[in-house]
Amino acid sequence: MNRYRKDFPILVGSDVIYFDNAATTQRPVQVMEAMRRFNDTCNANPMRGLYGWSIAATDAYEAARHTAAAFIGAEDDREIIFTRNATESLNLAAYTYGLDRLKENDEIVISVMEHHSNILPWQMVCRRTGAKLVYLEPDREGCLKEEEYRSKITDRTKIVSIGHVSNVMGVTNPVKELAALAHEKGAVLIADGAQAAPHMPVDVTKLGVDFYAFSGHKLLGPMGIGVLYGRKDLLEEMPPFLSGGEMIEYVDRQSATYAEIPHKFEAGTVNAQGAVGLKAAMEYLKDVGFDTVMETERKLTALLMEGLASLPFVTVYGSSDPEKHCGIVTFNIEGCHPHDVASVLDTERIAVRAGHHCAQPLMRFLDIHAAVRASLYFYNTEEEVERFVDAVGKVRKWLGY
Amino acid sequence: MDIKALYRDIVNEHNLHPSHKRDLASPTIVLQGVNPSCGDDINLQLEVKDGIIIDAAFNGSGCAVSQASADMMIDLIIGKSKEEALRLSESFMKMIRGTAAEEEKEELEEAASLEDVAHMPARVKCAVLGWRTMKECIDKLQSGISQG
Repeated sequence: MNRYRKDFPILVGSDVIYFDNAATTQRPVQVMEAMRRFNDTCNANPMRGLYGWSIAATDAYEAARHTAAAFIGAEDDREIIFTRNATESLNLAAYTYGLDRLKENDEIVISVMEHHSNILPWQMVCRRTGAKLVYLEPDREGCLKEEEYRSKITDRTKIVSIGHVSNVMGVTNPVKELAALAHEKGAVLIADGAQAAPHMPVDVTKLGVDFYAFSGHKLLGPMGIGVLYGRKDLLEEMPPFLSGGEMIEYVDRQSATYAEIPHKFEAGTVNAQGAVGLKAAMEYLKDVGFDTVMETERKLTALLMEGLASLPFVTVYGSSDPEKHCGIVTFNIEGCHPHDVASVLDTERIAVRAGHHCAQPLMRFLDIHAAVRASLYFYNTEEEVERFVDAVGKVRKWLGY
Repeated sequence: MDIKALYRDIVNEHNLHPSHKRDLASPTIVLQGVNPSCGDDINLQLEVKDGIIIDAAFNGSGCAVSQASADMMIDLIIGKSKEEALRLSESFMKMIRGTAAEEEKEELEEAASLEDVAHMPARVKCAVLGWRTMKECIDKLQSGISQG
């Protein structure tokens, strides 16, 4: 039996096979306990108060920032901005850096594999500035080839924004190489780490990225807390995203001066309890260890892909190598609409995602309308994979074939 | 009803062997109905003469629930007046919302088998796609705009 399952109340004593981890992960008691402790011992509005609870709340919030910085290898805590989620992080980068720096005929390079949250903000920047959105095209296995990105990232490129791991194909993109090339051309590199940070050690300094976005709820943390890492010199020059309380130094009737980073980007009362939960989640993950996370996912993914390969009528998208899936296996069953597949699997107590996975351009690239996605995490088990493959093998029968 | 049983007893047959999935030779109105979030996409065609739906058909692609629901709806509305079809559509919507009276459900005949979709919020839009599109067709006809 998997030794971590006991920490997840929702999994204990449940026969649900939760294979929708790329959408959100489950929370261990350690995370809930940390949030409860915050609530029960120091709940107060952080940053402003001059009394004990508020000082303790501020300390707890800033300690979370420190843990987050260490978690992704940021050199300075001030480079960590807390947001609601990866979507907000990417929007922050687009509305501040993007709108401020781009002009007509500049280019933004993204890939066709992006989640909508790494497409729409850049479409907005292009509409408002006259910049052009350029797409990197992967091969059928989802691999971005060097000649492809060398031909698209040019002197006109000002921003390259790329998913570290694709939420559909599971493929890991060559972020380090892309960052080096972007810098050579005078552009910045923004990585959407929503699917990467929960599954592999990330070091923003070694990767050389300028911005890195991720969500807390996909790595065992609560919903409503996310992170944007930004290089200090860039953040300092950027205008604020939202304005209001907590982000100012002086305000007079017609103008204001802004607080130092990171507070300049954290307007209003912050989600301190969420940050505390995220801190506990990151500590839990560090205790499990990414070696264990990756090894478990690799084993389970291999078993899952082997099982699906043995079934007729099943097509798996992306690489044939389980190592390149980051626990994400997207597939279709011939003749069966993904929503029908997910509905009948639900009657077998199996939770999977079906639809376009917020990646419609990728669906069109793969020439499909929708797909079923099973996404694993370290708390899943071989027995679950076996039960899942067995159920998938019966779907066509249930749907009348 | 268990969802698997719903598929087995009703949905699969209409999905895999639809009676009305074809193109009409001379439709009075053709309208596309789409669920953008799940990709259901049907093309509903009605032939209306003297206020009566004398023939109907659909084409397109989508999940089994959307396809079967459209097929069952067409079974029901052929031969009915426009007003009658609108009334049935209202009954279907009420059934899905869980507010239909027994008589209203009975009138829906086989289409009433989709009642349990009301408990599957994510699938409601699949079940109502055909009905919604049919209502739009008739509303358009009523307002005097027809198209080929």
